[in-house]
Amino acid sequence: MENLVYIALFAPFIGSLFAALFGMSERKIFVGIVGSLFIGLSFVASATLAFNLYTTGTVVHVTMMDWINAGDLNIPFGFVVDQISVTMMTVVTLVSTVVHIYAIGYMDHDKSFNRFFSYLSAFVFSMMILVMSDNFAGLFIGWEGVGVCSWLLVGFWYHKPDQTREENPSISPSWAANEAFIMNRIADLGMLIGIFILYWNTGSLQYDEVFAQLPYLGETVLVTAAIALFIGAMGKSAQFPLHTWLTDAMEGPTPVSALIHAATMVTAGVFLVIRSNPLYSMEEVAGVSFFIASLGTFVAFYAASMALVERDLKRIIAYSTLSQLGYMFAAAGLGAYWIALFHLAAHAFFKALLFLGGGNVMHAMHDELDLFKMGALRKKMRGTWIYMTIASVALAGLPPLAGFWSKDAIIETAFNEHTYILWAMLVITAGMTAFYSFRQVFLSFHGEDRHTPLGFHPHEMYKFVLVAMSPLAVLAVITGWFMGSYKAFIYKIGETVQYEMSDHTHHLATYLGLIVIFFAISGIAYAYYKYARTGENAWQRSEKVENGFFYKLLANQYYVPKFYEEFITKPYMMISEKFWTQVDLKIVDATVDNIAKFLYGSGDKTRSMQTGNLSNYLNWMAVGAVLLLVIAAISAMIG
Amino acid sequence: MMIGLSHYLIVSAILFSIGLVGVLRRRNLLMLFFATEVMLNAVNIAFAAISHYYNDLTGQMFAFFIIAIAASEVAVGLGILIVLYKKYGSLDLDDLASMRG
Repeated sequence: MENLVYIALFAPFIGSLFAALFGMSERKIFVGIVGSLFIGLSFVASATLAFNLYTTGTVVHVTMMDWINAGDLNIPFGFVVDQISVTMMTVVTLVSTVVHIYAIGYMDHDKSFNRFFSYLSAFVFSMMILVMSDNFAGLFIGWEGVGVCSWLLVGFWYHKPDQTREENPSISPSWAANEAFIMNRIADLGMLIGIFILYWNTGSLQYDEVFAQLPYLGETVLVTAAIALFIGAMGKSAQFPLHTWLTDAMEGPTPVSALIHAATMVTAGVFLVIRSNPLYSMEEVAGVSFFIASLGTFVAFYAASMALVERDLKRIIAYSTLSQLGYMFAAAGLGAYWIALFHLAAHAFFKALLFLGGGNVMHAMHDELDLFKMGALRKKMRGTWIYMTIASVALAGLPPLAGFWSKDAIIETAFNEHTYILWAMLVITAGMTAFYSFRQVFLSFHGEDRHTPLGFHPHEMYKFVLVAMSPLAVLAVITGWFMGSYKAFIYKIGETVQYEMSDHTHHLATYLGLIVIFFAISGIAYAYYKYARTGENAWQRSEKVENGFFYKLLANQYYVPKFYEEFITKPYMMISEKFWTQVDLKIVDATVDNIAKFLYGSGDKTRSMQTGNLSNYLNWMAVGAVLLLVIAAISAMIG
Repeated sequence: MMIGLSHYLIVSAILFSIGLVGVLRRRNLLMLFFATEVMLNAVNIAFAAISHYYNDLTGQMFAFFIIAIAASEVAVGLGILIVLYKKYGSLDLDDLASMRG
């Protein structure tokens, strides 16, 4: 078993190093194939571990070596494969394998093909460390590794200039990469503080030791630690107000977006909360947990509302991720950790499928993402259309697809906890989700053909790519059917993850589900009515709607990026400039310059001593000796 | 009049000063060597005298050391002087100023 753990963890790393060997050379197909094989190997190992854990129920805990040993601080390099981490491992490696194979086709024409695979595998490796580590220090290392790799990948096309698009303010990949990195850095500080607080009070960073000591800690400590850790989770999982990087990160290549959204990055925040469930289920931190649930619900609604009017295909999918992350946090905050984790897994499958399908469209349309320039693509891209429809149905939450079961369980949880406002918001959001995901499907694949007049000649993606995507499609359909057995599986981990609906909710479950389905179907129907029809009923852009207050508010993302620009970026720039010209140039630089000038000057003046005449030197030496004697004499007299 | 420690020290000081003036004023390298020898021997006198005064043999031992080192120094120094003379044809310090900065 131990070997399997190491294979699962280090196979992506070896794949990354292998690809890095060819980083500077031109495109070699086998680099992509070998990279995919290593990730696939990691998936097989993870799946075997999962199967083993499912049948025997024994948690594998390995300590590879002592890592940091200083004073009382003792951090081993250890990994744990329990029900939580094995779920993550399987999902991450499965999605990553598909994305790797997909990228072979997608990055076909890119000259940095090999470099791309190196980063992609390193990304997966970081995430594996993050989920498998048995202590907070390892988690943090993986956390930062994920941040660095996302920076490398979002800014992969760093040479692209800022381009002002109609639907989009000027954003370049390197700018988006920096934004993502800096926003995450802000949140990471919170996370570090949280880890420090826990270490300070428990003297350990191992999960089991820390969690065992939680009952003995004071309320203030618990609450601060919970808040600080959640700030870290907010950054990684792009919760309000640190959410703007997520949509801008769409500047990266599409396989990266798929990986970030489905497997290797944004889920880390949710994972952190689920991993720390003993902390968040303490009674003392109930307030924090409720805040998490409320924020999650708010973000779910907020992101869904922005997706309603977005024109950029990838950004719509990005908003839907944001919205679904909100659902996960809502469930985790309400104490239903296993439902959150289940939704994470189900979401990973259909979201990856959605992104990869979006990538196909983007590939076919020569990087054009504006939905208003598409339409009727289903005739030319049948396979992609089927995948996108499956993924959208799953996202919209219609039975029997994956999204329905997990999302419905979250909504039911909100009802069960008597937080009816959250429940209502989540139900409305479910309707909105159905509307925008089908708005996107109908605008791109149905309706009038708007792309041919604009000179686009789309073509379907390579066959092997479509075949590689099929496991995701299958999983997006069937995952939900295994909810019951998954529940039994994860219940073994302990009391804190267990969550049961009350009898009262149980009786109403069918009606609650029907309400959600009703909202979802009406969203889809409205989208169909508005966007899918052809002929004289076909959808037209309308000036009146687009100039409306709400449309503008949503299209500008509630002016939050604008606000950041005006009230944070610009003042910061001004202050920086002031400090540069006033403090740095006039004080710091001037001091350094003057020291140098003094040294130069004194050297220049005393150079005349160096006559080359030994006699003169001896004279100077005598003067020096006398001087020293005098000083010694004076100090002797004083002392 | 008894000849005491102070007389020796005065002689030593006078000799040292003569040597120092020689080092500072002379231009010929050979003369500089002589001057340093004078200074070293001035110190030797002082060592021997003080050693006798305190009844401690360490000072005299030190004087011996200095004599030995001075001898070897002269041996090496004279060798260098000969080479220098062969090369430049002069031992005048004013002519040997190739290290001017």
